[in-house]
Amino acid sequence: MERPEHRKHVISVLVENQPGALARIIELFSSRGYNIESLNVGHTEDPSISRITMVAKGDEHTIEQIVKQLRRIIDVFKVRDLTDKKKLDRELLIVRINVDSNEKKEEAKRLVEIFGAQIVDISHDTYTIELTGDEEQVDAFLELIKPLGIREMARTGRVAMVRALQGDTFSDKKEFQ
Amino acid sequence: MKLSGAEILLRALELEGVDKIFGYPGGAVLDIYDRLPFSPIKHYLTRHEQGAAHAADGYARVTGKVGVCFATSGPGATNLVTGLATAHIDSVPVVAFTGNVPTFMIGNDAFQEVDTVGITRPITKHNFLVKDVKDLADTVKKAFYIAKTGRPGVVLVDLPKDVTREIADFFEEEYKSPVQIRSYKPVLKGHPGQIKRAAKAIATAERPVLYIGGGVVSSGAADLVVKLAEVANIPMTATLMGLTAVPGNHPFFLGMLGMHGTYAANMAVTECDLLIAVGARFDDRVTGRLADFAPNAKVIHIDIDSAEIGKNKTVDIPIVGDAKLVLEELLPEVEKQVVKNREFYAVREKWILKVRSWAERYPLWYEPSDVSIKPQFVIQKIYEVTKGEAIITTDVGQHQMWVAQYYKFKFPRQLVTSGGLGTMGFGVPAAIGAKIGRPDKTVFCISGDGSFQMNMQEIVTAVQHNVPIKVAILNNGFLGMVRQWQGIFYDKNYSQVHMDVQPDFVKLTEAMGGVGFRVEKPQDVETVLKEAMLINDRPVVIDFVVDREEDVFPMVPPGGALREMILPSYGKKKAKKAV
Repeated sequence: MERPEHRKHVISVLVENQPGALARIIELFSSRGYNIESLNVGHTEDPSISRITMVAKGDEHTIEQIVKQLRRIIDVFKVRDLTDKKKLDRELLIVRINVDSNEKKEEAKRLVEIFGAQIVDISHDTYTIELTGDEEQVDAFLELIKPLGIREMARTGRVAMVRALQGDTFSDKKEFQ
Repeated sequence: MKLSGAEILLRALELEGVDKIFGYPGGAVLDIYDRLPFSPIKHYLTRHEQGAAHAADGYARVTGKVGVCFATSGPGATNLVTGLATAHIDSVPVVAFTGNVPTFMIGNDAFQEVDTVGITRPITKHNFLVKDVKDLADTVKKAFYIAKTGRPGVVLVDLPKDVTREIADFFEEEYKSPVQIRSYKPVLKGHPGQIKRAAKAIATAERPVLYIGGGVVSSGAADLVVKLAEVANIPMTATLMGLTAVPGNHPFFLGMLGMHGTYAANMAVTECDLLIAVGARFDDRVTGRLADFAPNAKVIHIDIDSAEIGKNKTVDIPIVGDAKLVLEELLPEVEKQVVKNREFYAVREKWILKVRSWAERYPLWYEPSDVSIKPQFVIQKIYEVTKGEAIITTDVGQHQMWVAQYYKFKFPRQLVTSGGLGTMGFGVPAAIGAKIGRPDKTVFCISGDGSFQMNMQEIVTAVQHNVPIKVAILNNGFLGMVRQWQGIFYDKNYSQVHMDVQPDFVKLTEAMGGVGFRVEKPQDVETVLKEAMLINDRPVVIDFVVDREEDVFPMVPPGGALREMILPSYGKKKAKKAV
């Protein structure tokens, strides 16, 4: 069991889509000694604004500091800890596995079906599988597929968004004006 | 109006109200320097880029305006780094402009190319690389706005050479319009509910202490904080950066707190039941062991930077806002609350008497001598000769702490010292910037023999530009503070702290065009200081040969609690009065 005070936090950051902005954010983590588990960047509905979703681990004090330090960055609009919000939380996995026997092929197909994944590339002895899901689903899928033999994998890290009915959607346009 | 990038930059600086800059030319800034003679802005050529950064910093600290420095690419930019880090950690508004290789050569490892924005990112509040001359004016405007608003800090603007050459439109009226940075909106006004809570806590506390930081000086809240202390009878202590907020002889002022703070200040903080921190950041040199810092106190923390609140110490009543604006709201609330509390003055009186008894029992003290010059004595004499009115700059080490202890400041911005970064070599160039910013004041750099040698070349700068600064070297032939630590914590294993091989500072100063003195007897200290005060056309350097092994006391051992201070021995008979 993980100590509750060191749980993973999902932090969402809206930031100017500029090269220096991302550099400042990453540097903040290294210079202040914070641990970052994953980080994901992409632009939002407004191409001049990027959303960074990061997962960081630490006690409440550390996470509070991370949020406050992120807010100090000039190019940052808004920072929120989404950990305890009702949210949509997804990750994309691409994994290439060994399927050098018919049994393995069958087992792979079965797991792909159960998890709603997709086989997106094949060779005579490998399948490349794509899966989208929350972190637990992705972890569970990997756990089950591992015995077949993982050749190579890539995970995006999480992207997250607060559910609409929470009533406090994050990217409120008015605040940017 | 069509202008070159260099012309846009200089015109924009003028519109920002900049009339003095510090810098050093080089290949990548040739276009800017080519236009400089046609601008009304006065440029002070230093002898090293670090000197330019410190001078801009010193200028900003004494005037409250934004300091500006220029340097070329590569080594020019890297030489600025220490200076920028020094200013930034002390929240001083400085805007630095560096040249860089042309945009089409960036990333090519070109001659004198470094990634200046990359190198300076962690030591600036923000920085910019201007890639298109069309963005230049707007960037300069933003740079100044960011440097001076909110928590002040350093902003660097990196200018590739082609950007300074190319031509673009420059519209003055547009430049004068208000700045818009959609992602940057500093909070200035405190939350009214929190202010009421704070007022109530202040009026009901039995043993409150005001813990005053540099934010009080930079926001112009010094008078208000003193008024708060007077209205509510609160003893005051200050950090190194906050010292000049309170007149040094104010009856409620306990002096500096922390590692070399006074006994009274450190005990007051340890015993208080309410700590009112204003514009301070609970730095480790102030708090000692955190768990024992104001262990029984409720904490009010007023700061413009919300990230400082709760960073080191848990805060009960946080107020995010500009110190001056918050105190303006807080004062009338406290006045109202104090009237309500009938017991108020009786309760406070008891606390103030207790604090005073600490100050009387364990004052700052050193063993006076007729034979050797005590460094503290020199500072007391400088205080007397300058009537407490000089602007003092320091370097870093023992002399810096003695200045904090023994010079009683009279007005805000009177002390210019590297608090957060602790930069040796800061004092002389900062004094040049300070004197240029406040030519009406005597500017005294109090230094050590180690620190002075780090940037002594800047005496030439002072000679060239006719900046009559005064420098007092407290020369003990040691890196004194390091020696003190080696003495106390490393069994007197004095490793690499001997500085007995030194230049002849008198001859050296004279070779650079200044006036040099050496003082070896305590009886001569005052005479030479008075003589130095009469010289106003050249820099003066006085080499005071002081007691070699004097230590700074009180001293809180690193990692210790404030109450675990090592006190001076108080000699055979204790000093009669607090100095």
